[in-house]
Amino acid sequence: MSERPLTQNLRPDGQPLTLREYEQVGGYQAVRKALKDLGPASVLGVVKDSNLRGRGGAGFPTGLKWSFVPMGSNAAHPKYLVVNADEMEPGTFKDRVLLEGDPHSLIEGVIVSAFAIEADIAYIFLRGEYFEAEKALARAIAEAREAGYLGRDILGSGYSLELHLHTSAGRYICGEETALINALEGKRANPRNKPPFPQVSGLFGKPTIVNNVETLCNVPHIVNHGAAWFKSLSKTPNGGAKLFGVSGKAKRPGVWELPLGVTMREILEEHAGGMRDGVALRGIIPGGASTDFLLPEHLDLQMDFDTLPIAGSRLGTGTMILLDDKTCPVGMVHNLITFFAHESCGWCTPCRDGLPWIEKTLAAIERGEGIPEDMAMLDKHVPLLGPGLTFCALAPGAMAPLGSALRYFRDDFEQHIREKRCPWR
Amino acid sequence: MATIYIDNQPHEVKDGQNLLQACLTLGFNVPFFCWHPALNSVGACRLCAVKQFRDENDARGRIVMSCMTPATDGTRISIDDEEVKTFRAQVLEWLMTNHPHDCPVCDEGGECHLQDMTVMTGHNYRSYRFTKRTYTNQDLGPFVNHEMNRCIQCYRCARFYADYAGGHDLAPMASHNHTYFGRHADGPLESEFSGNLVEVCPTGVFTDKTLKAHNTRRWDQQTAPSVCVHCGVGCNTIPGERYGTLRRIRNRYNGEVNGYFLCDRGRYGYEFVNGDRRIRAAYRRQHDAKIEMPREEALAWIGDRLNRDKTIIGIGSPRASLESNFALRTLTGPEHFYQGVPEHEARLVAKMIENLQQGPARSPSLQDMADADAVLVLGEDLTNAAPMMALSLRQAVRQAPMKAADKLSIPRWNDDAVRTLLQDAKGPLYIAATRDTRLDEVATETHVAAPDDIARLGFAVAHAIDPASPAPSKLAPEAEELASRIAMALQTAKQPLVVSGPSCKSEAVIAAAANVAWALCRSCQPAALAYVMPECNTMGLALLGGQGLEKAIDAIANGAADTVIVLENDLYRRIDRAQADALFAKAKTVIALDHIETETTAKATAVLPAATFAESDGIYVNGEGRAQRFVQVYAPKSDIADAWRWLRRVRDAAGRAGGNDWVSLDDLVETISKSVNVFHDVPSLVPSAATRFVGQKIARQPHRYSGRTAMYANIDVSESQVPEDPDSPMSFSMEGYRGRRIPTALRSWYWSPGWNSPQVLSKFQEEVGGALRGGDPGLRLIEADPNSSVAYQDGAPAAFTPRSQEMLLVAMHHIYGSEEMSALSPSIAGRAPAPYIAMSPRDAARLGVTQNDRVEIAIGSFTSILPVDILSRLPVGVAGLPEGLRGAPRASLPAWATVRKEAQP
Repeated sequence: MSERPLTQNLRPDGQPLTLREYEQVGGYQAVRKALKDLGPASVLGVVKDSNLRGRGGAGFPTGLKWSFVPMGSNAAHPKYLVVNADEMEPGTFKDRVLLEGDPHSLIEGVIVSAFAIEADIAYIFLRGEYFEAEKALARAIAEAREAGYLGRDILGSGYSLELHLHTSAGRYICGEETALINALEGKRANPRNKPPFPQVSGLFGKPTIVNNVETLCNVPHIVNHGAAWFKSLSKTPNGGAKLFGVSGKAKRPGVWELPLGVTMREILEEHAGGMRDGVALRGIIPGGASTDFLLPEHLDLQMDFDTLPIAGSRLGTGTMILLDDKTCPVGMVHNLITFFAHESCGWCTPCRDGLPWIEKTLAAIERGEGIPEDMAMLDKHVPLLGPGLTFCALAPGAMAPLGSALRYFRDDFEQHIREKRCPWR
Repeated sequence: MATIYIDNQPHEVKDGQNLLQACLTLGFNVPFFCWHPALNSVGACRLCAVKQFRDENDARGRIVMSCMTPATDGTRISIDDEEVKTFRAQVLEWLMTNHPHDCPVCDEGGECHLQDMTVMTGHNYRSYRFTKRTYTNQDLGPFVNHEMNRCIQCYRCARFYADYAGGHDLAPMASHNHTYFGRHADGPLESEFSGNLVEVCPTGVFTDKTLKAHNTRRWDQQTAPSVCVHCGVGCNTIPGERYGTLRRIRNRYNGEVNGYFLCDRGRYGYEFVNGDRRIRAAYRRQHDAKIEMPREEALAWIGDRLNRDKTIIGIGSPRASLESNFALRTLTGPEHFYQGVPEHEARLVAKMIENLQQGPARSPSLQDMADADAVLVLGEDLTNAAPMMALSLRQAVRQAPMKAADKLSIPRWNDDAVRTLLQDAKGPLYIAATRDTRLDEVATETHVAAPDDIARLGFAVAHAIDPASPAPSKLAPEAEELASRIAMALQTAKQPLVVSGPSCKSEAVIAAAANVAWALCRSCQPAALAYVMPECNTMGLALLGGQGLEKAIDAIANGAADTVIVLENDLYRRIDRAQADALFAKAKTVIALDHIETETTAKATAVLPAATFAESDGIYVNGEGRAQRFVQVYAPKSDIADAWRWLRRVRDAAGRAGGNDWVSLDDLVETISKSVNVFHDVPSLVPSAATRFVGQKIARQPHRYSGRTAMYANIDVSESQVPEDPDSPMSFSMEGYRGRRIPTALRSWYWSPGWNSPQVLSKFQEEVGGALRGGDPGLRLIEADPNSSVAYQDGAPAAFTPRSQEMLLVAMHHIYGSEEMSALSPSIAGRAPAPYIAMSPRDAARLGVTQNDRVEIAIGSFTSILPVDILSRLPVGVAGLPEGLRGAPRASLPAWATVRKEAQP
């Protein structure tokens, strides 16, 4: 049993495994086991027991999420399972590795997970720019259908599932599960209000589960090897291994599958090879652009869902972005806020009109046109674009790097304003 | 009831509401943008934030959106909490970062919800120091002006236009702070309800384009409560006047009738009042010359003529008030009073009224129609014939699916969640009509057929519900199956509704509709029966009674009478040209009272300048049977007067007034109530003209009305005398009462401190979106008897058989162009189609014609040449002739006509 179940099949050349190759390394055994031996309730049970938490960034317990889906003969049908493969968080490139290199592992995860909630139809909502993944998935889906893993009466179990691949027209907000559902329905990608949750009224108003790619790829392994095994992969009570990534001025930026609870230092120094020569680490955004900065002093923190919040940040997608001492922190935050302001769906006021104002203010500071009042303006906006005040988590996510940068790199902002220039230029 | 605590004070609120509804109903000022009482909650704008506390020990609380939070028992919130006040002010500041400072030149100024909310939240200093976002505007046609730079992205426009009214050509586009609300390209908004954007938009993005042509601020407009004159639905309106011109029509809320909305014909049809076809002075015709006469001279002249003439007959009008028709009837005597409509149409209307009076099915209000959960439409194209009924049915089709939301405990006010759950699910709506209609897109099934076949389907449905109801003979199996599906849907509904009307000109269709409704009442549950009435006072006139127009012509032709008084009626729109010509040829004297020049006034011996709805008082009775009072908006400067007032003067001048006769309007209404039993209670509609409120009349002009002493100073430096209003307890002045005691039927001024926009209405309602405090105005004259044992009606016709040499002409009504007055408004005229004759592709092929080819139509001696419009959904053997379009031939329908390709010249 591998300690790196998600990436065990990946090949150095990045070429995806064919169905035959995937089956040869034990693929689709979980489908057989689930459909023939276990039944939906047992699959749900083992996933619940495994402590698997969503790998898309929020870390919500997967089994618990599934358990909200109405089951039995009175449940509304068709039910849907939707794969959130709209990986667009800046600094995040982990799902891509799985999608391109081992598409069948996702398909197997989809089948088993859909079976657990008695879904009739599944969609893979794929980031539009993931061309290679699209090719790999399209071929793998065709192979799986041909082999009887998809379609009517899968493997004679009586269970049927259709799987469709949908490539996104491209908005970051489509990564928000309800906006994704709206987009999938052909509507504007605005998030929906919750409650009702998609588990009850989701895609086309029917019970729907939206799960991240990496989350689903874990499911066959949990079904095959059990909850205890999965939990043992982790160094902390959070179950499993996870894909971690590093971008920025490290010697070897990349993505690796490591136990949950691995320290940031181990990821940075052992796997990414440490910082490039001549640059020093100043800060880390640990889990994609919508998590708070941490400092080098936090490097020994364990990367898991429960530890990082203690230090004021989040695990997020587990892909770290490094800030070094040769890069302007204001410029970096401006870059991120520009992205978030542009990707606001335009639905709620704080996000739609607040983010562009912040963006313009940061741009002015970078240009050397900042004024002392800008600091108060930025300080004021961080809590006002916080959770609960906006419609969805986009703007609060955007405030994470800004708020923490104002906390940790305040001198840099003030220096810009005082000197009326960017000291890095 | 639930108890909620607002800033530590307990309040009782209705169950099932959200906090915003509850707070507004209680009278608190919670600001909001995206929420609208008819559109419900989506939580987009974040302005209605309040702070919610877990319990009395929770001092911290958390900010929630009141529109998205249920007001459950024990909920504790604060509106005045400092943190939440700061947040609300910040929401305004964000919205204002891009909003232009163009209030002085913005038509919305003074009735702008954004202005009100800005003041209410306390945002007053702009710290944003960067450039504003700008947009390109679109030409959206003659009704609505577009100024996107003012947009605050509340999404109300798109939610009303697409979600509520079913429009397809206005939507949010682009994203982030560049979200754009408009059409895919410039062009007229296609929805018949586009004008509501003007009131739905909380700021000046969508404004009234016709008002723009003669703009006047809301506070400078003199208003009075009025009733729309452009169809028989009777929507309540607020016309606004300044300097003797009518400036615009705005919605007047009536919870039972039009709610918050109007159709575009009703909103934009008003410009005929200012048009160059207005008659402003009395005149007589001498050798084709018009000789104007001052009032007294005109009366003396007419009095003299009437004294010399033998017998006077009166021709009433469904577009004249009850009072005017009654005044004419009094002048001529009931035996010489004729309804100004052809015999056949009068009979159809009489039949509809009889069915409502004698049967067990109740006539529904528009609100009742919106609440129906299964609907059958027999023979009407509602979007064109009674547009607001169509809007109600678009809400009705959501009723049945809505139960799914109830089952999942999704509150009905949670609009986005409800729409997500319901998707495209529609409740049962079956439409049988002579053509495809706009409502078809939300219908369960549609059936396009000739009038006789529509009636047969109706008879079959009634028979399927109650076998005691007569069945049509030899119904085709498909029609039989359709009938049983319709019967099933209606039978299993809680509030079934049948809608029909006179558009097919078929008594059988009207009877079939009644049978269906009655069968439901007898075998299942109370069903509603709605009949479309073609004109604003069709019902009122018919309740007065009188014979048809042909009989009036006969009376002149056979010499029984030689003098005709025509009240607000163009006979050339009612009967064939030859018949109308015969009347004018034979009659010695024709006196016409009207407010616009028509073919009839052009032939009249003398013409008296009648007032339009805006310059007069009266009662119209709508299709529901609801009598509604409209009040004079402004006093015209010339001899223009209410037709009933002219008729009273004429009686005096002719020495025909009786001893105990009415003089004032109140007397007249009293007399009507005593003379015609059905009108017994109409004096209770409004208080008498002598009524005073805290010693005053009700002010027609707002308290901020400007220029009173100066507006006519270019004519006379002395302040002009305020005209007297002998007819109502309202003054033509800014002086007067405007407080809470104004009865709803006399209220056109909705204002409360800090609330200058239409959003103020919640201050005047029992609960937000509910009945007006004091009761929705209007008086239902007809109530069904649920236990009525009236017999089902016979008369199912034989199946329609197309003829080889002739086509059956049926009427096609157009929202823009078919109604006489609104068609005179340039904006409406700009949307009216050109005359045409419609036929099915098969008939076109048979005649060897293609789209726009010209054909000759002959009905007896009458012929006309029209271009062909090929409609895919029109029964074979049936041709459609548009009703009332300018330049279109008038024919009495239905009629068989020979139609052939125009011979090449």
